[in-house]
This record gives sequence, C-alpha cells and structure tokens, in this order.
Amino acid sequence: MSEQARYAAVLLALAVLTLSLFIASLTTGPAEAGFRQSLAALFVDEGDLMSLVMREIRLPRAVLGLMIGATLGLSGAVLQGYLRNPLAEPGLLGISASASLGAVLAIYTGLSATFALGLPLAALAGAVIAVLLVRAMAGERGGTLTIILAGVAISAFAGAMTSLALNLSSNPFAALEIVFWMLGSLADRSMTHLWLSGPFMVAGWVMLAMLARPLDVLTLGADAASSIGIDMRRVQFLAITGTAASVGGATAVAGAIGFVGLVVPHLLRPLVGSVPSRLLPASALGGASVLLAADVLVRLIAPGRDLKLGVLTAIVGAPFFLWLIWRTRRQML
Amino acid sequence: MSLLRLSDVSARLGGKAVLDGVDLSIREGEFVGLIGPNGAGKSTLLRAVLGLTPSSGEIDIGGTPALNLSATARAKIVSYLPQEREIAWPVTAERLVGLGRSPHMPAFAGLGERDNAAVLRAMQRMDVAEFAARPATELSGGEKARVLIARALAQEAPLMLADEPTAGLDPLHQIALMRVFAALAREGASVVACLHDLGLAARWCTRLVLLDAGRIVADGTPAEVLTQARLRDVYNIEAYIGEVGGGLVVYPLDLSSLPDAQR
Repeated sequence: MSEQARYAAVLLALAVLTLSLFIASLTTGPAEAGFRQSLAALFVDEGDLMSLVMREIRLPRAVLGLMIGATLGLSGAVLQGYLRNPLAEPGLLGISASASLGAVLAIYTGLSATFALGLPLAALAGAVIAVLLVRAMAGERGGTLTIILAGVAISAFAGAMTSLALNLSSNPFAALEIVFWMLGSLADRSMTHLWLSGPFMVAGWVMLAMLARPLDVLTLGADAASSIGIDMRRVQFLAITGTAASVGGATAVAGAIGFVGLVVPHLLRPLVGSVPSRLLPASALGGASVLLAADVLVRLIAPGRDLKLGVLTAIVGAPFFLWLIWRTRRQML
Repeated sequence: MSLLRLSDVSARLGGKAVLDGVDLSIREGEFVGLIGPNGAGKSTLLRAVLGLTPSSGEIDIGGTPALNLSATARAKIVSYLPQEREIAWPVTAERLVGLGRSPHMPAFAGLGERDNAAVLRAMQRMDVAEFAARPATELSGGEKARVLIARALAQEAPLMLADEPTAGLDPLHQIALMRVFAALAREGASVVACLHDLGLAARWCTRLVLLDAGRIVADGTPAEVLTQARLRDVYNIEAYIGEVGGGLVVYPLDLSSLPDAQR
C-alpha cells in the first residue's frame, strides 16, 4: 500500500471510530430508551420527554465531547510539533491552569451562582490573561524554551492561586464545587455551553490548521525553517493564540482534562509516518474518540456516582503513557 | 548582477562586536570559501544575511534590500544550511529533502512534478537516493548531513549559504561535495561556505574571504589569500603551501608560537 493510501486508511478508520463513539455517547444515559428510540427522538420532535433528553442533555454532551476531544488532540499535536518536544501538551502553556483559576474565582466569589455564564466567561478571561502573559514573556523572537518556561511559571502561579481560593473558602459547599469542577466533566452541560465555547474552539482550530506546512518544515529546526520561508513570528502567534482559543474554550465548559493531548499524538505519530502535518487531523479525530469513549465509560462504570471524566482519563492515561514510554524507551534514549 | 551585497554590516552579540563593518559582494557563478579562526564571525555573517541575527548596515539580496523581501521571496533566492543538524521527527529522507521545495509550492498543495524532479536531482547529487524511504533520524551522522545538504540543494536557489557543510563527512563525500558546489558555480549559481579545512578551501573555491575578529582581512583567489604570513598572523599556524597537478595545496603543519603552557 502506498504511503498516501495508508494515510487515507488511517484517517478513515479514525473517522469511523469517532462517529461510532459519537452515536454511542448519544445513546448512553440513565433515561430508559432503546438505541433506535433514542435516535428517533433526536430527529423527530414528538414533544415527549425523550426528545427533550436527547436534544437538551445528550446532544450537547456528545457534541462537546467530540469538540473538546478534537481540541485536546489537535492542540497537543501542534504544540509537540511547534516546540519539537514530545512532552508538550495543551496544559503546558499555562492556559488550562489559568482558565481553571478563572472558573474557581467565579465559584469562590459567587459569580457563577448569580449568572449562569459567569463561570465559563471567567474561565475564558483566565485563558486570555495566560496567553497575553506567555506572549509578553516570549517576545517577538521568543525561543521555544522561553515559552515553555513562561508556561510552567504561569501554571504554577495559577495553581497556587487556586489553592489559595480553596484555602480561604469559608463555604464548604463552594470548596466542594471548586474541587468537583476542577476534576473535569461533561455532565449536565447545555446547548448554551456549546454556543458559548464552540466559536472559540472552531476559531482555534482554524488557526492551528494553518500551521500544517510550517510544522513540517520545523522538523529541520527554527533557523532552517525560517530560511525556507517560514515566518516564525506568525507561527508563534498562531500556535499560542490558536491553543489559547480552543483549549480556553474547552476548559471553560469542561474543566481541565489531562493526558488526552499528551498521549493521543504519541499514539498516532507512528501511524502517519511521523509527518507533523498529517498528525494534525489524525490527532484531532483520535482525541475526539478518546474523550467520547471516556465519557461513555464514566456513565457505564458508575451510573449513579457521577464519576468525573478528568479522573478517568488520568487513571487510564497515565499507566498507558508509562507503557508507551516503556515500549519506546530505546528509541528515546 | 550581484546576488548578495553587504555594505558596512555590523552585528553585536552580548555586547561584543562580532561583525565590524563588513563589505562584501557575491556575483553569479562564484564558489566562495568563508574562512577564519573560531569566533571570527563566519556563522554570524551568514545568519545576518538571513535576518537570524540582528545587524546594522545594508544587505541587498538579488538587488533588493533584505528588509523589503518576504520570507518566501528570500527563500527563492537564498538557501541556507545551518551548522546544527536538526531532524526532530523520524520522517523519511525523501520527505525531508522535499521540505526544501516549500517556497515554490502554493499554499495547501503537495509536491508537483517539478518538485519531485528537483528532489530526485538533489538526492542523486548528494548520493543519498538509496536512503529515500528510510527514516532520516536512523541514518549515520555523515548520511544525515548529506540528506540535509540535499534538502538545501532541492530549494534550487541561485545562492546557497552553507555553514561548515563538510563537517562529519568522509574524504570521498567531502570531495564530492566540493565538486557539487564547484559544478553549481559553473552552472551560474553561487555558494558561500564556511570552511575550516584550508586544504579543501584552497583546492576547490574560486574565491576565499578571510575573516578575523569580525573584519574581512583578505578577499581574493585562494593563492592570493593563503600566504604563509597571513596564516601566521590570523591563525597562528605554520603551513606547507605548494602546488600539485596545477592546484594549490595548503597543509597546516604546526603552531607558529607555542602557548606558554606548552613551551
């Protein structure tokens, strides 16, 4: 099979997998309804309870799972290619941590209770502050190391401020809500959440997709890439802003969900011949599959206990990542 | 027409002047060896041309001020081989060489027929066609170096700036590379290569530019530039300078004056 055909087959398989898991997500839930009955209720509004459940509860949850998973996979692949570092992941730039801090402050101050969109808007504000800080630190000619270090510092500071909010929280219910929110979940999200975060994620995807060829050329290093006609300032702007928009939007509605953005690009890289531009669509589909699968699993494993999505991705993702390192350690050394 | 013209170019790194008022003009069909001791400013000179190191003074590329050229327009005139041989991901050697075609490709298009022909030509010139399907990261150091030179050749720019292109190559491939550069010059393109091997520089370059402490101290044919007195002054070495088969031979023999510790 030619290289091109192999790549098309990989994408097709991932697309089929994603679609199957999307349908599985739509038909999984506490409401008693068969597979066909659920899907029928989605397309034909008979004004009954099942149509309401499908359209207002399961559809936004499944679409958000798809979009957030794609965001995490895509941004992970872009950041690993841009920083030429296999340890890079969407949380690295400090955007997830800052968005979390914004959400935590909204809960802490009661903003989220008085105004439904207060929490996601505060989280987006956190992401914007993080991206401004990273860009200011990195400067126009900022090297990738500066960006990584700035991201580490911002993550640490946002983490400390989040701890402070928990520390000073006089209301145990607010503290519990903060902790639960930070674990990451897609439960009980509405269409409003989708309309709020969707545009940010899509805008981010467009910026990240424009990096396909520059990321290929960056295989040769920043100096060589710049001599082959890649405008490194534009690449930096698109990589950081695109990640901030998409990951900020994702974190604003679902909390910080770890490991998907780190593991998925690693897993798929060998399947696309390690070509950075080919990894982008593959990793977006792979991320969507993983997140949809995890969101189906949390509903199947513990239907009544509200198992958090972020907990499951870390429980499964971390040992899996260890296995991946074990398998490839000889190449890495 | 001059492909490259520098007038009064200076550059500072960490408060230290690395280039100090350099004037240089490269015409078509020249194979220029840029020589000089470590820290003389050879790499900085090449980087300044590409805007990778900030500099003052005027730099014209293909008759246009470098500042007015877009990155893609510049890449169509100048190709560059950095000293660091970086290959981040295990992509195939052929794909790596194909990256040199990016400036010629419309956005979102793949390699066309002309691009594939250029890639094949470059790989054959560098004797790496047999590695085409292998992951570039698994090649030996010298093989990687040749694949990366092929990448720069595939760009098919009229001017190539190469930073120590012979480092890590065996004698056969060092000479083969010199022949490739000399052939490019005969075809009307120009090459400016930083070289440390004075023997190769003397034998193959059409012109040598000797840098010392950020200034050009000599510029001319190899026989004009490489004299006993200059090698003693600039490099602090004694060298044998002779002629074999109509070509200049320069072979460094010993230090001119031993450092105090070894006296």
